[in-house]
Amino acid sequence: MELMITPWLAEPGLVHFLIVSALLLSLGLMAVLSRRNVIMVLMGVELILNSANINLIAFSRYTSLSLEGQMIALFVIIIAAAEAAVALAIVLNMYSRFNTVHLDEIDSLKG
Amino acid sequence: MDLTAIVFYLFSIVTVGAAAIMVFSKNIVHSAFALMFSLAGIAVLYVLLYADFIAATQLLVYVGGILILILFGLMLTEQAVTQKFKAVTVNMLPASLLAAVTTVLLVYAYATTSWQMVMPEERSETVYDLGILLMSDYILPFIIAGVLLLIAIVGAILMSTRLTAIKNEEQ
Amino acid sequence: MFTQLPLIILVLPLLGFLLLIFLGKRLPRKGDWLAAGLLITALALSLSLLISKLAGQPDESFTQTFRWLAIGTHTIHFGITIDNLSAVMLVVVTLVSSLVHLFSIGYMKDDPRYSRYYAYLGLFSFSMLGIVLTSNLLFMYIFWELVGISSYLLIGFWYEKKSASNAANKAFIVNRVGDFGMFLGIMILFVNFATFSFKEIFDLVEAGQLPYGSTGWLTTAGLLIFCGAIGKSAQFPLQVWLPDAMEGPTPVSALIHAATMVAAGVYLVARMFPMLTADALLVIAYIGAITSFLAASIALTQFDIKRVLAFSTISQLGYMILALGVGAYTAGFMHLVTHAAFKAGLFLGAGSVIYAMHQVLHAQNDHHTDAQDVRNMGGLKSKMPVTYYTFLMFTLAISGIPLTSGFLSKDEILAGTLAYSTLNGHWLLPLLGFVVAGMTAFYMFRLLLLTFHGNPSDRERISAIKESPLVMTLPLIVLATVSLFVFYSFNPFGAADGWLYQAIERPISMVPNMLQPVDAGIFEEAVHHIHGTAMVLSILFALSGILLAIGMYYWKKIKAENLVQRTGVLYDLSFNSWYFDELYDRIFVSGLFLLTRISKWFDEHIIDAIVNSSAWVSRGIASVAGLFDTNIVDGLVHATAASADRAGSMLSKIQTGKIQTYLVYVIFSFLVLFILFI
Repeated sequence: MELMITPWLAEPGLVHFLIVSALLLSLGLMAVLSRRNVIMVLMGVELILNSANINLIAFSRYTSLSLEGQMIALFVIIIAAAEAAVALAIVLNMYSRFNTVHLDEIDSLKG
Repeated sequence: MDLTAIVFYLFSIVTVGAAAIMVFSKNIVHSAFALMFSLAGIAVLYVLLYADFIAATQLLVYVGGILILILFGLMLTEQAVTQKFKAVTVNMLPASLLAAVTTVLLVYAYATTSWQMVMPEERSETVYDLGILLMSDYILPFIIAGVLLLIAIVGAILMSTRLTAIKNEEQ
Repeated sequence: MFTQLPLIILVLPLLGFLLLIFLGKRLPRKGDWLAAGLLITALALSLSLLISKLAGQPDESFTQTFRWLAIGTHTIHFGITIDNLSAVMLVVVTLVSSLVHLFSIGYMKDDPRYSRYYAYLGLFSFSMLGIVLTSNLLFMYIFWELVGISSYLLIGFWYEKKSASNAANKAFIVNRVGDFGMFLGIMILFVNFATFSFKEIFDLVEAGQLPYGSTGWLTTAGLLIFCGAIGKSAQFPLQVWLPDAMEGPTPVSALIHAATMVAAGVYLVARMFPMLTADALLVIAYIGAITSFLAASIALTQFDIKRVLAFSTISQLGYMILALGVGAYTAGFMHLVTHAAFKAGLFLGAGSVIYAMHQVLHAQNDHHTDAQDVRNMGGLKSKMPVTYYTFLMFTLAISGIPLTSGFLSKDEILAGTLAYSTLNGHWLLPLLGFVVAGMTAFYMFRLLLLTFHGNPSDRERISAIKESPLVMTLPLIVLATVSLFVFYSFNPFGAADGWLYQAIERPISMVPNMLQPVDAGIFEEAVHHIHGTAMVLSILFALSGILLAIGMYYWKKIKAENLVQRTGVLYDLSFNSWYFDELYDRIFVSGLFLLTRISKWFDEHIIDAIVNSSAWVSRGIASVAGLFDTNIVDGLVHATAASADRAGSMLSKIQTGKIQTYLVYVIFSFLVLFILFI
C-alpha cells in the first residue's frame, strides 16, 4: 500500500489535474442545483466553466492536443465574460420585476 | 516531492477548498470572495501547466472582471443585507446525490482510461505562438468572438436601460 | 551594497502598506508606529547609502536589472539605478515622508480611518521611491501612475466632503492629460530604439541615432515626456489641480508638495536631461518662468493659509524647471532638495496652526468659522512659540534671505538664469525670476504677519489656542534645522563649494552637436562671472518684498484696501487665479457638450433618414411575403401547433416552473446516459 501511494502522490500528471477539475465540476453542480440565490447559481456556472478549462489546458500539455487546447480555453474565457455580462443584466431585470433573486420563488409560467 | 508537486497540491487544496467554501457558505459575500481565491488558485494551476498567457487572462478576466460584475450584481440586488434567516438551499438531497455520483463516475473514468500521452513539450512562453495562431488558423473564431462580445455589451446595456425606464415609470 | 540596499528601501513602505491595509485595525495603536518605524528605518538605510555613495567619488551609477517580461523579441527589464542624484532624492523622500508620518500621529489622531491613512501614506512613499530608483522609462511610467493613484486616494481621503472627492478627481484627470503626452513620448522612443532603459537610450542618441532620423522628433519626444512633468509638477498650463488638492489632510499636502508628487516632475526632467535638445530646454525654461510668475502673482492675494502655500509651491517648482531649462542643473536640483525641507516645514507648520484652530473651534462649538482663513487668525505668536519660530525660519528660507538653505539654491538659480540671458539674450527669463523672488518674499511675509502678528479678530478664540503636542512640533524643529545653510555648504554665500554641488554634476548632453545646450564649461564661467550681481539683486528684491509686506501689514503705513482699488482688474485676476478654472470649463467642458449636440443632430437628421427610407422599402417587400405567409405557411404551422399543444398539456404536469428542479432532471438523465453508454 505504501508503495502504491507514494509514487501516486509524488508527481502531478494528467490525471491529477483531471481529478481537481472533476471536484470543481461537482462543486459547481452543487451550487447550480441547490442554491436559491440566482447569483450563486451564476457563480456555480463560472466554476463549471473553469473546471472545463482546466481539462482543456491539461490535455494541451500532456497530449497531442498541444496549443489548440489553450486556444479553446481562451475562447471559453471570452464567452464566459459575455455570458456573465448578459446574465447579470437578466438578473437585474428579474430583480426589478419579481423583487427577489430567489429562483424557487420565481415559478410563474406563461400560458 | 519536488517543488512542482508541492505547489500543485497546495494550490489544488486552495482551489477546491475555496470552491467548497463558496458553495456551502451561508453569506453570499463570503461566497464571492471564496470564488475569487478559487479562481486565483486555478490560475496557478494554469501556470503549472505551462499556460502563462491563459493564467494571466484568467486573472484579468475572471478575477478582475467577472468577479467584479458578480459583486456589482450582489450590491444592486441588495442581497448582502437582507433575508439572512431564510434557508439558502433547495433540493439539497438530489443535488448532493447527483454531485457525488458525478464525482465518482468522472474519477473512475479518468483513472481507468489509458490516455495517449506524449512527452510534455517544454515551452518557455506561449504568447508568441498563441498570437500567431489567433491571427492565422483561428482568425474567424477570433472575429466572431469579437462580434459576440459587442452583441453581449449592447444587449446588457439595452436590458439595463429598459430596467431604468421601467423604474422611472413606476415613480 | 549598492544593489540590495535600494531594493530593501523600496520594499519597506510597500510592506507597511500591505500590513496596514489588511491588518491595520487589529494592530495595536492601529499600526501608526509600524508605518512610522518602517519609514524611519528606510531613512536610516538611505542615509547610510548616501554617505557610502558620496565617499566613492566620482559619481558612478550602479544598475541592476531583472528580466521582467518578454513580448515577442523584446524583453523588458525591471532595473534599479543608484547614482548621486537618486541617492540624494532617496534621503529627501524618506526624510520628509517619515517626518510626515510622525506629524500625522498628532494631526490625524481622531480620524475614523486612521490605519488606512497610514497605509496610503506607505503606498505613496513606495511609488515615489520607485520613481527615484527605476532605471527605465516604462517602470518610471508605472510608478508615475502609482503616485497618481495614491495621491488620488490621499487627496480624496475625506471623501464624504464633496469638495474633497471633486479635488481628487480633478487632480487625477488633469494629471492624465500630462501623462498621455508622456506616454506618447515614451512610445516614440521605444518604437525607434526598442528599449526603455535610460542608459541605452542615451547611448543610442549619443551614437547618432535619432527617432525617425530627424532632430525635430528628438525635441518632440523630449517635450512630450516633459508633458508628464508639466502634469505632476503642476506647471503652466496644467497647474489647476494643485490648489484644489489642498482638500486632503494637511500632512498629505506637505508630502505631496515637498518631496513626493510634485518633485517627481522635476526629477523626471533631471533624469532625461542628457537627451533634451537646446530647443526643448528653451521651451522648458519659458514654461518654468511663466508658471513661477503666474503662481506668485496669484499667491499675493489669497487668504486661505494652505492656498497661499500651494501657489508658492507651484511658483517654486517653476523655479526648478526654469533652472533645469537654462542648464543650471545642479542649482535646480539643489532647490528641489532645500525646497523639500522648508516647504514640508511650512505645510506642517500650517497644519499645526489649523490643528490648534480646529481644537478651539470644536471646543466652542463653532462650525462656521473657517479654520484655514488667515483673517480669522492673528496674534498667534505668543500662543504657539515653537510653531511661530520654525515658521519664521521657513519663511526666511523661502524668501531667500542669507544664512538659509533657500538663499543658496535660489541665488544659484537666479545667477544661472542671468548667465543664460547674457549668453543667449533671453532677458525675460531673469526678469521674471527676480520679480518672482520679490513677490515670494512679499506674500510669505504677508502670510506670516497675518497669521502670527497683528490683532486677533476674536480675542476669546485666540486666547484659548494651545501649542500642538511634541509629535507635531518635533518634525518642525528637525525641518527648521535642516533649512540652515550649513547642511548644504559651509560658505553661506555660495553653494558651489558645498558637498551637494560636488556630488551632483550636470550630465553630459548626448544630443547632436548643433542641438547642444550651452556648454557646461562656458556656462559655469558665465555664472561665476555674474554671481555677485545676481546675489545683490536677489537680496535687494527679497528685502523690498519684505519691507512692503511689513509696511502694509505690520506698520499699516500702506492701506491694503487702497491698493486693491487702485489695481482693480489685476487684483481680480490674481484673486481668482487668473480665471484658469473658468477658462478650462468654458473651453473643454462646454466644447464637449457642443460636440455631443453636433453628433446628436447628425444622428437624428442623416442616419435616421437613411434608416427610415430603407424601412419603407422593406415594408413593401414584407407585405407581399405576408400574403404567402398567412395563407400557406400558417396552415401547416397551425396543424403542428395543435398536436404540440395536446402533447404539452400532458407533459405540463411535471412542470413546476422551478428551474432548478428541471436542472435536476437534466443532470439525472445525463448521468443515466453516461452510465448506460460508457
